[in-house]
Amino acid sequence: MPVQTAPLLSGALMLLECLVREGVDCIFGYPGGVTLPLYDALYDHPIRHVLVRHEQNACFAAEGYARSTGRVGVCCATSGPGATNLVTGLVDALMDSIPVVALTGQVSSKLIGSDAFQEADTFGITRSCTKHNFLIKSLADLPQVLHEAFYLAASGRPGPVLVDIPKDIFQAQGHYTPVNSIHLPGYKVYTEGHTGQIRRAAQMMWEAERPFVYAGGGIIHGEASEELRQLVELLDAPAVCTLMGLGALPSTHPNFISMPGMHGSYAANMGMTHADLLIAIGVRFDDRVTGRLAAFAPHAEVIHVDIDPAEIGKNRTPELPIVGDARRVIAKMNKFLLETRDEMQPRNAAARRAWWGQVNGWKEEHPLTPEFSDDEIKPQHLMAEIDRISNGEAIVSSDVGQHQMWAAQFIRFNKPRLWLNSGGLGSMGFGLPAAVGAQFANPDKLVFAIVGDGGFQMSVPELATIANHGLPVKIIVSNNGYLGMVRQWQELFYNNRLSAVTLDGFPDAEKLAGAYGFKGRTIEHPRDLRAALEAAVAEPGPYLLNVRVSPYENVYPMVPSGGAIYEMVLRPPEPVEASR
Amino acid sequence: MLQVISLLLENKPGALLRVTGLLSARGYNIESLTVARTLDPTLSRMSIVVDVDATLRAQVIKQMNKLVNVLQAIDLTDVPAVARELLLLRVRAPLEHRTAILKEAEIFGARVVDSSAEGVALEATGDSEKVEEFIDVMRAYGEIDVTRSGLVAASLEHKKLKLSPPVQKPEPATVK
Repeated sequence: MPVQTAPLLSGALMLLECLVREGVDCIFGYPGGVTLPLYDALYDHPIRHVLVRHEQNACFAAEGYARSTGRVGVCCATSGPGATNLVTGLVDALMDSIPVVALTGQVSSKLIGSDAFQEADTFGITRSCTKHNFLIKSLADLPQVLHEAFYLAASGRPGPVLVDIPKDIFQAQGHYTPVNSIHLPGYKVYTEGHTGQIRRAAQMMWEAERPFVYAGGGIIHGEASEELRQLVELLDAPAVCTLMGLGALPSTHPNFISMPGMHGSYAANMGMTHADLLIAIGVRFDDRVTGRLAAFAPHAEVIHVDIDPAEIGKNRTPELPIVGDARRVIAKMNKFLLETRDEMQPRNAAARRAWWGQVNGWKEEHPLTPEFSDDEIKPQHLMAEIDRISNGEAIVSSDVGQHQMWAAQFIRFNKPRLWLNSGGLGSMGFGLPAAVGAQFANPDKLVFAIVGDGGFQMSVPELATIANHGLPVKIIVSNNGYLGMVRQWQELFYNNRLSAVTLDGFPDAEKLAGAYGFKGRTIEHPRDLRAALEAAVAEPGPYLLNVRVSPYENVYPMVPSGGAIYEMVLRPPEPVEASR
Repeated sequence: MLQVISLLLENKPGALLRVTGLLSARGYNIESLTVARTLDPTLSRMSIVVDVDATLRAQVIKQMNKLVNVLQAIDLTDVPAVARELLLLRVRAPLEHRTAILKEAEIFGARVVDSSAEGVALEATGDSEKVEEFIDVMRAYGEIDVTRSGLVAASLEHKKLKLSPPVQKPEPATVK
């Protein structure tokens, strides 16, 4: 008989061993009946478990951790309701390509399918909510599956992976066999990009008279910011970063225009519209960016670089597709651009200068400038003040709605992984728990959670998590007393019939924060804004700053739904009397 | 005109649902579906018949190819391929019609699999049109009961199967 050197481990300990080997230092979770063996193993284990107050927030926190670091975020929930509560977070991570591993307990193997207490078909329910999911049926499979889960979550186009583990597997005893290789024959990761195509792309870039760079979240996931900066500088092309890509190119970079799309700037959208070459990298031509697709970038040839072949041609058929990893592809592009620069650059120099003249003209014509008022706090003013404090360096986790758009418009990000927001799914209740995850991953960084009064009230339970750990998250509620984005659409497109958007009854922020044992304050006058923000940031612990902003402010520019992106409404129409 | 998608996928629980889920999530109906093990028992071959326009079909096939359990998904609509289905048909027919039924069966290459006082059970294979013609012919002889297998299809071209090689796991990071 061979000598077994590895000690006998329970499934629960074996799972934790796998996590250690994946470099996991922190997991966000909520215990329950079937995960009792796992939580018993966690009791004296070096992996830190953060008890959130709702499983949905465990997944959002894991996303905040992953988005702010690039490492896989891990969340954990029990069977049945625990697992179903994860669903929104999983879809959120799927839509934004965020690497998350979700661990769920399941009823014991022999009870599966018997409508046992707290049983749900997690494997079935989460099939379409994840990049891939697993149901473990034998302890012997556990290490291989766990390591595969981490590999799948982080490689290629990242995404959430769920592993469902029955209670008896946690309890069974076995030996951990180290996993040295992963073999998933059907899982294709395209990294290099076709060299001939990349060479052609470089050629097209030099030949273009009006090139325009359209960079997205793929730059951030692919750690390609530095390569992107070089590309933009080599070409000296104007560049936009999508909502998911903010920070991919520093906001202070002279070639950076702004965010494009529904609430993008005039220059960004006009640039897209008039470009003769769109260099699209790590983007998916989302409807919020393109507006009416048939009218999007009508004069442009498109180079589309993406790691996911299913994104190529999904919404816009590119003239030149390149399937590959953003960093490697751009690095090769830069090499070819550099090789041909002396010969090619002078050819279109005059046209390029004229193009910059046009782009700068649009910037000057309709700049993105925050609104200010002497007697009420404009939400744009609030974002400008946060921007002043952050100076492009703070982590800003945003919720979903008007404040998210204003934050994206007016807060600068000079590095990737500072701007965390739910872009694809648009999940209200994301901002606060994601800030929790980001603060755990970056204990020494300044983390703002910018939330609306609606989304904040969806995530109130996490104030306890924040208080528990004394997390110095600065919670800034941009409080207009409305579900602002819905109100804006009702005002503009539904004759101002404001239906179910009034959020009266917001609690006293000072008392609310005080009830959790930290400081809070409400301000409503612009003269108090700067000092109040500075005091919140100066506070060593958490802080809840409730900022009463003008209730009827709308986000502009705005491309009406179904409109072309050059059909922007730049400013509010004549004032409308709101009817409650 | 219906179209056929052929897939090679891992023979694992849930793999079928991942594939069909991509179709049902978009509200596409599946006209027929067959799946069985290949020579390698860890793999299955699946043939799906759908009615989806070419652009959307190309997109959904790309999505199928992304599935971890799918080794290859190809569109057989516009490539040389052979497609057949199996029909089991019972016809309740009086004895005086039996000779005629057997004659028709012979024309269609169908075989008798059961015969009783009440009627005859027949098996036939062929492309869908042939199977449908046979059904129409049999209708004339009495009440019929039909079970069809759905199409199984094979490409007549060799398409190289690209599989990912194993990847080495990096050394574990240490927990702080």
